[in-house]
Formats: sequence, structure tokens, C-alpha cells
Amino acid sequence: MSHRLPNGGRLIRRGKPQSFTFNGKRMTGYAGDTLAASLLANGQTLVGRSFKYHRPRGIVASGVEEPNALVGLGRGDRYEPNQRATTTEVFDGLVAESQNHWPSLDLDLLSVNNLLPQFLTAGFYYKTFLQPRAFWKHVYEPIIRRSAGLGKAPDDKARDPDRYEQIYAFCDVLIIGGGIAGLQAALSAAQSGARVALWEQTAHWGGRAPVDGVQIDGKPAQNWIKTTVEALEKMNNVHLRLRMMGAGVHDHGYVLGYERITDHAPATQAPRHRLWRMRAGHIITATGAIERPLSFAGNDVPGVMLAAAMRDYLVNYAVAAGNSVVVVTNNDDAYRTAIALRKAGLGVPAVIDARAEANGALPQEARALGLRVLTGRGVRKVKGGKRVKGVEICRIDSAGTAHSEVFDCDAIAMSGGWSPVVHLWSHCGGKLTWDTNGHFFRPDPNRPPTGADGAGFVTVCGAANGVMSAVLADAHAAVVTALGRQDLPMPAQDQLPEEDPLEPVWIMPRRAEYPLRAKMWLDYQNDVKVSDVQLAAREGYQSVEHTKRYTTLGMATDQGKLSNINGLAVLSDALGQPIPATGTTTFRPPYTPISLGAIAGEARGAVFQPLRRSPLHDWHAANGADWEPVGQWRRPFTYKRPGESRDQAVNREVRNAREAVSLLDASTLGKILVSGPDAGRFLDMLYTNMMSTLKPGKCRYGLMCNENGFLMDDGVVARIDEQSFLVHTTSGGADHVHGWMEDWLQCEWWDWKVHTVNLTEQFAQIAVVGPKARLLLERLGGMDVSADALPFMDWRAGQLGGFDVRAFRISFSGELSYEIAVPASQGAALWERLMTAGADLGIMPYGTEALHILRAEKGFIMIGDETDGTVIPQDLGLNWAISKKKTDFLGKRGMEREAMVNPDRWKLVGLETLDGSVLPHGALALGKGKNANGQAVTEGRVTSTYFSATLGRGIAMGLVAQGPERMGEELIFAGPQDKRIKTRIVDPVLYDKEGARQNV
Amino acid sequence: MLLLTCPYCGVTAEETEFSAGGEAHLTRHGPGSSDHDYEAYMFNRKNPRGVHFERWRHAYGCGKWFLAARDTMTLEVLATYPAQTSEPPAEVIAKIKLKRPDWEGYP
Repeated sequence: MSHRLPNGGRLIRRGKPQSFTFNGKRMTGYAGDTLAASLLANGQTLVGRSFKYHRPRGIVASGVEEPNALVGLGRGDRYEPNQRATTTEVFDGLVAESQNHWPSLDLDLLSVNNLLPQFLTAGFYYKTFLQPRAFWKHVYEPIIRRSAGLGKAPDDKARDPDRYEQIYAFCDVLIIGGGIAGLQAALSAAQSGARVALWEQTAHWGGRAPVDGVQIDGKPAQNWIKTTVEALEKMNNVHLRLRMMGAGVHDHGYVLGYERITDHAPATQAPRHRLWRMRAGHIITATGAIERPLSFAGNDVPGVMLAAAMRDYLVNYAVAAGNSVVVVTNNDDAYRTAIALRKAGLGVPAVIDARAEANGALPQEARALGLRVLTGRGVRKVKGGKRVKGVEICRIDSAGTAHSEVFDCDAIAMSGGWSPVVHLWSHCGGKLTWDTNGHFFRPDPNRPPTGADGAGFVTVCGAANGVMSAVLADAHAAVVTALGRQDLPMPAQDQLPEEDPLEPVWIMPRRAEYPLRAKMWLDYQNDVKVSDVQLAAREGYQSVEHTKRYTTLGMATDQGKLSNINGLAVLSDALGQPIPATGTTTFRPPYTPISLGAIAGEARGAVFQPLRRSPLHDWHAANGADWEPVGQWRRPFTYKRPGESRDQAVNREVRNAREAVSLLDASTLGKILVSGPDAGRFLDMLYTNMMSTLKPGKCRYGLMCNENGFLMDDGVVARIDEQSFLVHTTSGGADHVHGWMEDWLQCEWWDWKVHTVNLTEQFAQIAVVGPKARLLLERLGGMDVSADALPFMDWRAGQLGGFDVRAFRISFSGELSYEIAVPASQGAALWERLMTAGADLGIMPYGTEALHILRAEKGFIMIGDETDGTVIPQDLGLNWAISKKKTDFLGKRGMEREAMVNPDRWKLVGLETLDGSVLPHGALALGKGKNANGQAVTEGRVTSTYFSATLGRGIAMGLVAQGPERMGEELIFAGPQDKRIKTRIVDPVLYDKEGARQNV
Repeated sequence: MLLLTCPYCGVTAEETEFSAGGEAHLTRHGPGSSDHDYEAYMFNRKNPRGVHFERWRHAYGCGKWFLAARDTMTLEVLATYPAQTSEPPAEVIAKIKLKRPDWEGYP
């Protein structure tokens, strides 16, 4: 059983015990432990269940590559699933639970899946759930949903109480990875005077050199690490960061760094995670290498561990993975584990080496310690279920039909060689080359990712570069190349014993028969086996990307850090081609999962996005505004009075605008000043109708289309003087329309003399609406607002109640209406003055819903309701607003297309339900029969629908096939729960058809 | 995230400070144009592996539209230049030729 040793552990502080729970059981670790180390120290080898088969799983690795030891961390609002125990630092009060089992970790009834492996082979998603079709909704989908994912999603009412932030940073050289290669690269780069940042994902500098017994200048690596870090800390041009992962390398030297600030110390008042948005002149990755598992039957039984990980636990945390460990390898490096275990007084019954000979320095040392080394052998299968009980050995070149020897043991250390961590090099297009000596992919220095200037901006050094010894020289050389500096001090020398080459072993034994191959796990987290990849190849999958998706190899949260190379080696073998011909799947950021909190940063709640406030915002808030988001604006939907429902408030506002006088805050309306000698000519191109003929003092309604002829925006243009026009746009369209104008002026008609300014926020605009509107304005005193002096569709500048105003006689309600514009700073004062002066006239404000109803009663269209980006003005009966005289305007050519002049197009009509009810939003009118896909034919849809307080019934507008020619016809609309609603086609103008009320 | 230099204000900035506007040097085909020309103007876009001319606006800076010659494979920005031109200026062509001798040229 795994346990803590009485002595040693370079990273732990025995004087600081930390109490935590796992599945409710109280356990104790030491400060400096990872959760994985603490669990092993407490004898907890079983930590989770696998995804498909619910097989018992234990800790395999000691770092970010861990596929099995995923736990749910924390409780309540702080609960987080799928956290790796190997990268979680243990702290007092930590709460962890295992995942993906029912009812418990020890007794998982879903492991019955393990007995049905045929059911869940490669591509089972595609094969299993096809028939019968009716089963999909009620049987298959619920099953799939229940078994999807490993951890439980947090409670939907949980709210993350922690703080997250983002920071922008810049440097000349960014070094990712704080092992000895990274430290040397930082030192060399810093000595050049460059601004240097060095990031290390763990809590410690130096990487695995101290564990592996690296000597630097004849002394233990730890000495050099200590002096180098101290030297770097003293340099002003160096910025060191621990617990900081290089998550992704993006275009032109943009790098995301994920810093876990308080995960290990939750009581501190700092943000939990910080996302660094670094712009680096050059990036040096020193991200090391990850050990590969070996594919033998039962390689997923708890107790089977990567050899180097076992060494990590032993040296760093004084944790023994077992009392008796069999080491299985195809290389010399794993002998370090055997030697370290033996020196710690643990049993090592045998080292199983797949190679015919093992005579390097390390195997010799192992033999000298009395260890038994068996060459030319492999594991036939692992004995044990919830933990390793023994191992059967056979000849490596056999089919594994029988074993030659059996060893009792409670743990197995395996090593299939090392794969450089090339992810960051590859994220932005760096290419790889297959190293025929080391049997791994490493960065091809001739094909780096390139920056804005076309030069490579990433250099790789150390184990990430496939360099396993003389690492410091490689790191130094990387800096010399990257910075082009030959004058930097030479680095120290690191030494390791010479190693003999490994021999690639992708399946153990090499000719293993099917029952063995069906128990050889490639991808632990997604339960993909050697036999699955071989099946995919037999079924015709050749591309590694397709095989990945078909088998789900490498698609789990570990992104195949352990499984990818083994998987594509098996695929290559099955396809009978060399590994480089198969290639790798695409490496995508982030390197390991990062929290959504870090991605969101501070952008949550009130600062999720900027809020635009009209100059009258505070008045609305103080007077019962029921807010509605309109783009980034907030507008009052209605103003509720005590005891009123939303509907009652809206109906009251509609009636008052028709009967007395009401105010609307129209400040959000876009206001763009277009001026210059060619302003009229420009607006003639922008609008479908003629604007250049408009006289100063006059207003005209116009439509704007895109080049497809589809309606884009509408509004009233007022001519200010000979050379300038004030263009009103929709509230949501102002920025877009302004950008649209600038695009045409800068990129197409750049010789036209026109200047545009977006004045939307410079003015408050108040619509004074209703039969008593004129009476109210007259009370304020000032300019003449009579019908003669200021007729409908005119505007005047002047004074009202002492305010400098522009008064526009325009109406979106069909009532007598003035829109009064004042400088934004005066808006609130004018509004208050109007409210006071109109008190006895029954004045009240109305919101956007009343605005909508008032315009719908009049059949006025609303951009975004009647239009959806596929509607041309002719569809809305707006032919009168399309100039026939103009030879050109934006969208004219688009409207001439065959589909746009088709008489069968859906066109605007009014809709009246026979029973007076309100039609549902977006309801479809049912036609006759079915279309080619067997779906019901539709012949129209509702675009606007309201209860009209004025008319006392539901009113609606909609687009109906040949609608205007079908006045009086009945249509059937489909409502919820298969309801059928009888509706009559009517004129869209339902109130004051002659327009008399607005023109008084 | 790309780095681009605005040829108007001279600022080199992050991509987030700009907005992309698609292919550059399109010829507008308005009323009277053939279906073929109109389709080319509205819908048919080049998608080269290599040198591409594209529109960018310094939306959160000086507000100006400009054009960029960019290699879609290497992401190298070969040149940026003002938008008031219907084809790449000679010096931009020369700059690209210098770096990409095999380039087939414009259009």
C-alpha cells in the first residue's frame, strides 16, 4: 500500500500538518504536498472511476498530465468539478470528493459497463443510438446526458464568490517553464539587458532536475537553482512568477498566462486567479517533457504509475507508491526510479526491460544494488482490480498467450520514454519533426510560428526541445539565437550519466492477442484502448484527426497528454505506415483547462459591459422605471405606479398619449450631423429616397438599405442649413450607421467633401405627445409652436421656457407630437419643467412598450421587428419612399434581383384575430400541405403583436405571402400547444387612417 | 491576436483596437451592372493561402479605414497603406515582391 516514509521529502514541511477530507474521510497531509501526494500518503490509491467503463482508477502522474485523479473540490458556492489532485496544493480544510461513480467509489454499480465492452467500442456514439428512431428522445438522449462528463456541474443557484482579474503586460523575452533550462534562459536573456518574464506553472523552481539527480558544475542541481533564482530576483529587468501557466501562444507574440494566486491559500484577500495578457517580443519555451505510459493489459489498475511520477512522490514528498514495486521500461531513465526506491528501503522484485540488452550506467548501478533485471521481457497482464496485486511477465516478442513468470507487487512503475511538451510551440503554427533517435516529435527549428515581421517568435530549449542532457547549454544557445547576442556569459555545465537509447514499444507484448489488447488503455480519461484505435483503422479511418474524433482518443480534459503519441503509434502500426506519416492532432490552447472565472475576469455583474445612460436616466429610476435593455442603453419599458401590473401601466400610458399629453425620453435616438458641400449628394446615395431636395427647416422620413437592398435603418432627416443635415437613426443603429457612412466616405467616395459627427450623446431629446402637447409647450413660453409657424414635418430652432431648443414636428405615435432637443446637460431640467407645467393636463411619461403599441396602431414599422435582414422596403409597402428618379443609391441594384421582384414575397399586412386575442410573437401562418421535407407549409409570420388599449383588442402586423392582395382573407396561425388561431388579414393602419391627428 | 500599424496615426496596436472589413480593392457594381458583376462584388471573395489584401478600420483609435497586405499562412503583415486607392500602390507591390519573390502578383 502507498504510504509516507519517515524521512525525506524535499518539498514538504513536516512541522505543518494539514487536515483535509476525501469523500468525507478525514486525512492529514503536510504543507507542500499536492493533494495527490497526501492521498497516496494516506494509502488512498483508488481515487476515481473511469468515464465509460467505471473502472477503478488511481493516480498515474505527478503533474498536469494526470488523467485519473480528478476530484470535485470545495463546497457550495465554491464547489468545482474535475480538478486535478496532482496540481492541487493541499491546505487545511480542503474538501475533495471523487467522481463518476454510483453509489460510491468503492462500490460502483455502473462498472457493469466494464462487462459490456463491445457496446462501447470505437465510434459507439455513431453506431449504438441509431435505431429505433423513436428511442432517441426518451431513451438514448437521457442516458447519454446522464453519463456525459465526469464531475457534477455546480448547483445552478451557486454563485462564485471569488474575485478574478486580468492584467496586460509586456516584455522583450518571455520564458515559459522554470526548470533548469528556463532558469538558464532567463539568466542569459536578463544578462543581455532585455526585459524578461519567467513563468513556472508549479510552486517550485527547478523542475525535475533535483529529483533526477542532475549535477551542475559538480554539485547537486538544487544549489545552482537556489543561486540562480536569487540572482534573478535581484535583477530589475526580470519578473518571476510561480503558479503561472503559459496557457496559450497566440498570433504575433500574444500569450495568455494563467496564475493561480489563492487556490492554495483560500483565506487570503487576493483575487483567486489572474489571467495575464502578455505581449512578448520573443518567447522561449522550456516546458520540459512528459513521460509516456506503456500499453500492456491492465495498465490502468490503481497502483500502475509513471516511473518518473513515482520518483517525484518519493523524492519530493517522501511518499512510497507501494511496498513492492515492479519497474517496466524500454529505456534507461526508469532505472532511476528502481534505484531511488531501493535506496529508500522499498522492495523492487524486478526491473522488466523490453530491450534485448540493458548495459548502460543506470542498469549497471541497479544491478550493483542487487536488483534483478529481466531483458527482452514485457508485462503480459497486471493482476488485481481495485489495486495492483501482481504482474505476469512474458517475452516481449510473443503474443502473450502464456506467462513466463509472475511477481507479487502492490505497485508498478512504467516508462515508455518521453515526449517533449511541444504544445506552446505548436499553438500558433510551429511545425514538428520526428526524432528518430529519441522516438518523439520535437519542434522543427526551421519552421517556427511567425510574427508580424515574418520572423519566428518562439524558440524552444531543454527537454521541450528533445534535449535531455547539456540542457543549460541548449537554453543559453536559444537566447543567443533569439536575441542575436554572442557576448553573453557562458552557462554552467549540467551532467547526467550517459543513457543508452530506448527501444520503442507501442504494444506490450508486441504481438499481443485481442483479449490483451482490449485491456490496454491508451486514453485513461476517455477509456480508449489499443483495440479501439485498431478497430477504427480497420473501419477505414486513416486521418489522425478523424480517428481522434471517432474513438474520442485525446478528447478528454487532459487533451491526450499521455495518450496521443501512443495512440498515433498504434494507428500508424495498424495503417502500416511510419509515425511521421500519420502526424499529430492539432495542439490548441489552453495547455491545461483554465477557469471560466479567469476568462471573465472582472467582467461580471454591473461591469459585464458598459451601461449607456440617457441624460434622464436618474429621473426614470426615481419614478418607477421598469427597465428594458436596448443595446447598451437602458430604457424604461414602462413606469409602474404602486399596485399596478406591467400591463396595466402600459395600457394607462397608451391611453394617456392618445387622450391628453405624455412625454417619451427619445434621447437614445441616433443623431448624426452630416455636413459639407457634398452632404446632399451623399445622403441621396445613403437613403432610398431623395434627401438633397429637402429645404432647410424641413424634415423627411427615409430608409437606409445595405447593398443587398435589405432594410437596415430608418429615421427622420432634418435639414439644418444649405450644407448640413441632422440624420436621426434608430437607437440601436446609431454607431453602425455612423460607421457605415465613414466606410463609404473613406473607401469609396473619398473625393466627396462630407464630414460626419455622431452627436447622439450630445443632446437630450424629449417627445411631447398627445392632443394637449401644443397647449403644454405654449405654457412654457418662447417660440411659436402653432400649426402655422411650425407645421407637421418642419423643425425650428428657438427658445422654450428659456431653454435653447430644436423643436421637430415629427410623430412616431400618430398624435400631435413635438420632439424637443436640448443640450444633454439641460435634458433633466426641461423634462422636470414639462412635468410640472403639464401636471393639471394629466401629463405622464411613457416607456418603450407604449411607444411600440402607439406605432403599431398606426402601422408604422420598427427596424428589427418588421425587418430581420432579409426584408426589402417593398415588402413593407414602402414603395413611396423609394426614389424612381435617382439613378443610383445603396441597395438599388440589390432590389432588382429576381428574388426581390418575385410577386410571391411575404409582404406587410395588419392581422386581426377573430376572437380579439393577442397573437403569439413570431407565430407562423399555416399554408396547405407539406413541403419536400415533410414539414407543414407556412405562408406568413407575425412580426409585431400587442394588446391595443386604444382599440380594446389584440393587434398585430405580419408578413404574409401576397398579403396586400388578400385583404379580408382568413389565416390560421399556429400557437403554443398546437393551438390554432383564426385571424383576418387587414390594413396595417388600424387607427386614424387619414393621419389627421398628427397633422393639427 | 494580430499586431497592426495604422498608416494614418502611426500607432502599432493590438487587433482588438481595429475592426476587420474583409477583402480590399473590390469594385462596386451598382444599378445597370450584370448579375455576374454584381455577384462578384457582393459575394465572391478571394481566400488565398498567402498574400491577401484586406480592409481594416482603426475603430478604437483614429477611426480611419486602411488596407493591409497580409500573408494568411505565416500571418506576416507585409504592408499597411491608406484606403484611398483602387489597387495596391507600386511601393506596396514592390515590398511584397521583395519578401515573396514567387508571388504571382496583383490581382
